[in-house]
Amino acid sequence: MALLDSKVEETGVFSAGRALLTDKTLRTDRWWLQPLITFTVLILFVIYATFRAFENKNYFAEPLISPFYSPCLSTVCVEGAAHFGSPIGSITLFGLLISPALFILIFPLGFRMTCYYYRKAYYRSFWMSPPACAVAEPHKKYTGETRAPLILQNGHRWFFYAGLVLNIILTYDAIIAFKNEEGEWGHMSVGTLVLLANATLLWLYSASCHTCRHTLGGRLKTFSKHPIRYKAWTIVSKLNHYHPNFAWVSLFGVALTDLYVRQVASGAITNFYFF
Amino acid sequence: MSKRVKLRIWRGDSKTGALKDVEVEANEGEVVLDVIHRVQATQMGDLAVRWNCKAGKCGSCSMEINGKPRLACMTQVANFEEGETITITPLRAFPVIKDLVTDVSFNYKKAMEVDSFTPPAGLKAGEVRMAQVDVERSQEFRKCIECFLCQDTCHVIRDHEENKKSFAGPRFFIRLAELDMHPLDILKNRKQKAQAEHGLGMCNITKCCTEVCPEHIKITDNAIIPMKERVVDVKYDPVRWLGSKIRKREGIV
Repeated sequence: MALLDSKVEETGVFSAGRALLTDKTLRTDRWWLQPLITFTVLILFVIYATFRAFENKNYFAEPLISPFYSPCLSTVCVEGAAHFGSPIGSITLFGLLISPALFILIFPLGFRMTCYYYRKAYYRSFWMSPPACAVAEPHKKYTGETRAPLILQNGHRWFFYAGLVLNIILTYDAIIAFKNEEGEWGHMSVGTLVLLANATLLWLYSASCHTCRHTLGGRLKTFSKHPIRYKAWTIVSKLNHYHPNFAWVSLFGVALTDLYVRQVASGAITNFYFF
Repeated sequence: MSKRVKLRIWRGDSKTGALKDVEVEANEGEVVLDVIHRVQATQMGDLAVRWNCKAGKCGSCSMEINGKPRLACMTQVANFEEGETITITPLRAFPVIKDLVTDVSFNYKKAMEVDSFTPPAGLKAGEVRMAQVDVERSQEFRKCIECFLCQDTCHVIRDHEENKKSFAGPRFFIRLAELDMHPLDILKNRKQKAQAEHGLGMCNITKCCTEVCPEHIKITDNAIIPMKERVVDVKYDPVRWLGSKIRKREGIV
């Protein structure tokens, strides 16, 4: 047994008066694995999404449109992709044409960035605040979400509402995927299933959201006076338990849907029609 | 059937201290608190450890076992690998008094800062009948045994001593939620105070409090996040703010 050196610092686990231990954590399990996996997967998604948002091609193959580019609201959208007109026109910045995806992606990006689950995920894995429970964080100061920019996390509900609008649009995209390449109804392809699965996962992610739970009934003080809202709250509460799962699966779903549409649009694969 | 287990126990006070290695017998089915008591009885007669019920209901034997905040009476020795050294230290967010006993008075000071339950004036006992659905959210939070493991693991104060002035911690966020969701509590500014005085905004939802709760209270999902959303209702949502001015009420009842 060796007497440990005094390592008293002004704050943190080495603060004066606390047990004089030299290690920032005494955890013996692989606490670093989960944040490492989260970091890696999110970085890979960000790289892919950034590439696709700026690529500005291969996002539409009648009747399929990539979720990264839907709704396509610019005059530079490829023919047939602008289902809701072109109210944005075309915008250039420093001589470069802005990709139509950039006007749209800010909303799902904001929804996920302010999501209560993703906050846990990236605060732990990117900001290491803390990297894991009972593992000391490296930062000298901490003010949480009390000041700019993190106080903007309180705007999660506005992104939630915007996300609902996008979900409706992506559901519309999935419905028109029951057309064939000539625009005739009554057909179904692999792309139809891909877009349907994507829209379903996004609805599940939105419906299980903490803000959805609060809006539907959580803010009430007396459930017994609002039986319908109470029922809605209980259903969303059950879904809310799986919110982290839906967050990940829907993220993969969006990326894979985009990848499928890209492959079809570029001619790398053919969209197989069942009928 | 018994086996020998290796322990490394922190011994000391607020000025000095060290980890001491010791080996002790452990019988089948025993918990860490049992072997600590055996060490106390056979090898370290002056080892200080706080305990009471030995049934996971009093919240006294909170400590850190292999770096994780846990109740010693609810941690099975059999959960550790054969030959693994079990490191036992006091809670690291609070000042140590002696050995495994810490000064948790911070929590009692914070408890006193929370406005108490405020029913309508003149309400007499038995006058109101409440439906189960109206109180079940608050009842979850009443399971709290005040072990303060959530407080200990919360990085806001564990890693930042200076935040103790302005941050009540997860244990008191569930108290605030319990009261704010109570159908008979009429205090109007509990949400505002949660944000301004109890430091709700400092929580960044990393859920460690939920992970360590021995009562499995969903602290983050059922208390902290709903309270954050209620704060948004009154502070950061202009539509709801306008609605409250027009309809002259704080929120939906």
